[in-house]
Amino acid sequence: MAHEAPFQLLHSELIHYICKTADGADSENGRSVTKLENMGFRVGQGLIERLTKDTARFKDELDVMKFICKDFWTCVFKKQIDNLRTNHQGIYVLQDNKFLLLSHMSAGKQYLEHAPKYLAFTCGLVRGALSNMGVKSIVTAEVSVMPACKFQVMIQKL
Amino acid sequence: MAVCIAVIAKENYPLYIRSVATQNELKFHYTVHTSLDVVEEKISSVGKALGDQRELYLGLLYPTEDYKMFRKLHNSFTDVMCNPFYNPGDPIQSKAFNGVVSGMMVQTG
Repeated sequence: MAHEAPFQLLHSELIHYICKTADGADSENGRSVTKLENMGFRVGQGLIERLTKDTARFKDELDVMKFICKDFWTCVFKKQIDNLRTNHQGIYVLQDNKFLLLSHMSAGKQYLEHAPKYLAFTCGLVRGALSNMGVKSIVTAEVSVMPACKFQVMIQKL
Repeated sequence: MAVCIAVIAKENYPLYIRSVATQNELKFHYTVHTSLDVVEEKISSVGKALGDQRELYLGLLYPTEDYKMFRKLHNSFTDVMCNPFYNPGDPIQSKAFNGVVSGMMVQTG
């Protein structure tokens, strides 16, 4: 499989480009994050179609989340999610202790304020993947100490 | 060989539908809709059977279908999804997809 560096570098450039073309006002920062999330959404949709072409049908929601944590995460980030927790009522927390897209930034609290931009694309990625598996969700992320981060998935029941 | 092929989005509208040109085209469209009910039945029953038949292909809805055909269709659908110029939810207009479907339809002389 391919090395993870190309994706890491491309992702950093993507963020740099999106934030540069925004004007630097604070409201623009919010829009950049939204743009990145939407990009991730479309990529997640296409990627999940490719990955699940040959896999068995998923039994239930938990099965879907496990697929995201193992096969999907391995395909994109070359490792699995370290910890999956759920309250069995539609909320899942995915913990990655060495998130690929943050590992080259810092190993502690430095640059913490820039972290949200670097997580937006991945939140969209997860949301897009779930969407094309028939699961509507809201995905958010939080970081307290880099490069560990947590993604929270809230399933929307229609 | 197919007489009618349709791809239905998860919101239950057709992304792509094509039939061999006959006067009964509307009848085919209705058949596609009713087959959705059969699909839903199969999905709900599989969930209870503890996943022993978990193929993406739900099996023969009527005993005249072809697994290879479904595979080819699914593969070209995946290609359409990955096309950056395609927005999910839009009707499918890809020439390649059309080509694959033509290959599967009954050839009228």
